[in-house]
Amino acid sequence: MNAAVWQLVQVFLVVAISPLITGWVRFVKSRLNGRAGASPFQPYRDTYRLLQKEAVVAHSASWVFRAAPYVTFTAVWLAAAIIPTFTTDMVLAPAADLIALVALLGVARFWTALAGMDVGTSFGGLGASREMMIASLAEPAMLMVTFSLSLISGTTAPAQIIAFILGGGVGIEVSMGLALAALVMVAIAENGRIPIDNPATHLELTMVHEAMVLEYSGRHLALMEGAGMVRLTLYMALIGAIFVPWGVAAPGGSVVEAMIGLAAFLAKSFVLATALGVFETMIAKMRVFRYADFLGGALLLGLLATIFLYVSEAV
Amino acid sequence: MLVAAALSALLALAVLGVLAGAEMWRHRMVYFCCTIASLTLMAAGLKHLGANPGTGPAIVLPIGLPWMQAHFRLDNLSALFMVVVNLGGAAASAYGIGYTSHLPEPRRVTPFFPLFLFGMNAVLISDDAFMFLVSWEFMSLASWLLVMSDHTNAESRRAALVYLIMATFGTFCLLTSFGLMAGAQGSYAFPAMRGIYLPPVTSFLVVLLALLGAGSKAGLVPLHAWLPLAHPAAPSHVSALMSGVMTKVALYGLIRILFDLHGHVSWSWGAALMLIGGVTAVLGVLYALMQDDLKKLLAYSTVENIGVVVIGLGLAIAFKDGGEKTLAALALVAGLYHIINHAIFKTLLFLAAGAVITATGERDLGKLGGLLKRMPWTGATALVGAAAISALPPLNGFVSEWLIFQSLFKGPSLPYWAMKFGVPVVGAMLALAAALAAACFVRAFGIAFLGRPRSKAAAEAHQVPTSMRWTMAVLAVLCIILGALPVTLTDALSGVVQPLTGVHFAVSADLGWPWLSPVSSTRGSYSGTVLVMTGLSLFVITILLVHGFGTTKVRRADSWDCGHKEDIPESQYTGQSFSQPLRRVFTTSLFSARETVDMPEPGEMRPASLKVRMIDPVWRVFYQTIIDGVGYIADQVNRIQFLTVRRYLLMMFITLVFMLLVVAVRQNK
Repeated sequence: MNAAVWQLVQVFLVVAISPLITGWVRFVKSRLNGRAGASPFQPYRDTYRLLQKEAVVAHSASWVFRAAPYVTFTAVWLAAAIIPTFTTDMVLAPAADLIALVALLGVARFWTALAGMDVGTSFGGLGASREMMIASLAEPAMLMVTFSLSLISGTTAPAQIIAFILGGGVGIEVSMGLALAALVMVAIAENGRIPIDNPATHLELTMVHEAMVLEYSGRHLALMEGAGMVRLTLYMALIGAIFVPWGVAAPGGSVVEAMIGLAAFLAKSFVLATALGVFETMIAKMRVFRYADFLGGALLLGLLATIFLYVSEAV
Repeated sequence: MLVAAALSALLALAVLGVLAGAEMWRHRMVYFCCTIASLTLMAAGLKHLGANPGTGPAIVLPIGLPWMQAHFRLDNLSALFMVVVNLGGAAASAYGIGYTSHLPEPRRVTPFFPLFLFGMNAVLISDDAFMFLVSWEFMSLASWLLVMSDHTNAESRRAALVYLIMATFGTFCLLTSFGLMAGAQGSYAFPAMRGIYLPPVTSFLVVLLALLGAGSKAGLVPLHAWLPLAHPAAPSHVSALMSGVMTKVALYGLIRILFDLHGHVSWSWGAALMLIGGVTAVLGVLYALMQDDLKKLLAYSTVENIGVVVIGLGLAIAFKDGGEKTLAALALVAGLYHIINHAIFKTLLFLAAGAVITATGERDLGKLGGLLKRMPWTGATALVGAAAISALPPLNGFVSEWLIFQSLFKGPSLPYWAMKFGVPVVGAMLALAAALAAACFVRAFGIAFLGRPRSKAAAEAHQVPTSMRWTMAVLAVLCIILGALPVTLTDALSGVVQPLTGVHFAVSADLGWPWLSPVSSTRGSYSGTVLVMTGLSLFVITILLVHGFGTTKVRRADSWDCGHKEDIPESQYTGQSFSQPLRRVFTTSLFSARETVDMPEPGEMRPASLKVRMIDPVWRVFYQTIIDGVGYIADQVNRIQFLTVRRYLLMMFITLVFMLLVVAVRQNK
């Protein structure tokens, strides 16, 4: 019974909180830049305003262009609903493991890239082409992280991994550190953050994600941006839950434990969001063809994480 | 009995195909009857799987070699492949009903089409090596004739020649492999073959030759070079059969030898197979990404998918030899699941490519664009196929990839260090292949069906006949069903792998329907069914929320594009520009890809140009060497043609003396 309730809470929590997290990152960045910055709640207002505006659709667009925002948002939302944030006691937890989560985000990317190509403009194609190049390196890196987590804990289900780590099955492991580093790099790339992509850019030649959604307006744009915000929340929840799992409630726990889990999740998310803001302020964006080095590095870190496991086993 | 009737019907149809002449309705009738025959065979296969009797009764016919009769038998494995082959066969035949009138020369295609179907089915039910090889050759030659149907095209002729050589090479390897397995007594019937003990060296050779023989037909790197030439050269419904189905018959041969007839393949072959599969998958998809020809792209993607299946087979061999029977069953189920999936979506995509070619007369991506609006049915079904082949949930391609990943992640539990280190590398290759496949099909679908038309032909594309559209729709629905209800299929597959791995294994044992939970409930699980239900509800909630809080108004306008006004469709991304970043990242060293930009000085009137040069390492190292070698030998042998009579007599004398010597030595022994 509890599992169903917590699942419902989780489904709506991830959507409700994600504009705040994105707003907080922007707020931190503007403060570090010496600007006053908009309130962290500004993304809620932006989303509401976009919903009120009519959607402009190009003459050359097909139904894929109009369906893509809904499909993209649903796919990301579904993925975020299944990642444990404050409790592992959820009915949907066995429906998808980490491999399936990677693939669900792949669905969102597939549709966004197609939408970028649908209008038939050069920028849309540019964004789609670069996005698929980034994904073709980031996805294997993410699966290598999954592989090493699966070797450590014996499972690919996030809920079981958390249970294993909370149960004290893991000491301080080099592999965990390498996997964390790889996951963070993947998260940066997948969310289109600096140094891979600049979410605030409107300089045509450096855009990746922005170039794909360039033609969107009104509610379509709101959904595309919403999908981005939920994706950011999802990756923070994933990093927080797997590498700092303390506080996450287990099945059979009381309501108080779930409340503690909720507080821990919020605290973790804001620490990570602040860290992201600081990190983005400190570094500059890369050239497009340096991405391969960055993400290839993530892939190799993931591979090393598995190899190191054998080494530590043998020692 | 049903099977025999359907097979004889196919043979009779081949004769009718010859008699069809120029009357189009007769061609249509032949295809219609082929559809019925294929559906009958599929039903027979399903019935066998449903009853699950293990091995069916043997049928012995007094044909074939005089000292050996022809043996036929249907067991679970052949029944499964019979379903796969005839599903593709029925789809291609039904598509042919409408498609045949669009072919330039239907009379060169219709008679051989039933023969091709017959050959593939006969391979599956053969129960002795002789019938197996005869049927195998039947299948190869019938498909070779179909590749040759466009004989006026020089490229088709070259493709057919390369295909013929590779097919002969493959059959030769299989023949030798069977000969070694039959042992000194020459027991060519399969039941007798199973019991024979093979010494290590023979065992090694048997596996190697089977791999060369079946692998060359399936398109394993480096034996794949003929495949992207031959498959696209045939008419599209035949390409669908060759790529979607014939490669599966090749895999059937591989599974039959490695898991059934030989039975005790060493784990190191499993590791080797896994690596070959990984390399095949990555190279196949990279080739596919660089193609501009729609059908060539699909053919290369077949190479990729065969690689994915072979990873599963290799894992199964390694697990089986390592004593992990349950995991062997899991890996084999994963491989078989991918075989079924690939047969469905590759057939679908080839049929869609055929529809595009029918509608526009173009197969070059650079001349297409915007087809989704002109051909909504073809476009929508092709989108399902593209998403399925990109391994996106909740479609069928993802289920098999997931199962392969799950078994791969268990690979390090084997006590071999080669496996422990090999598995992560193969895992990375498989993940890379999956991600690149998504890029490849975003590119293919996006360029061909989305955007604005890049040529007049694309702008004036028309719908294709009903039979073609319906066939594609049925296949697309199958992609969705097999993705959303995976457990039903895995249960059927566990009955197929049971005799091969010696263990009864249900993929959903722990959590029950509809959860896929291999090994145990805490190992990680997946449920397509639950994902579809939840996804659909969230989709509806999203629409309700968005439309409830906001407006539903839509305004049509010109595209924004950062304020550029772009009326010329050439300003869109093309296939080449889409793959340029990937080309730079992955193929600069692998294919030694180089770009040369020719930018005219200001004032010059000639157009600027960008040339890309790529060298296929496999072709250069492997094929070019062989071609050069054969050429050298031919040159040397050629000299014999121009000798004087005296020298010919001398040669005959030397040969005679040599032969007499051989006889003398043998008699003295």
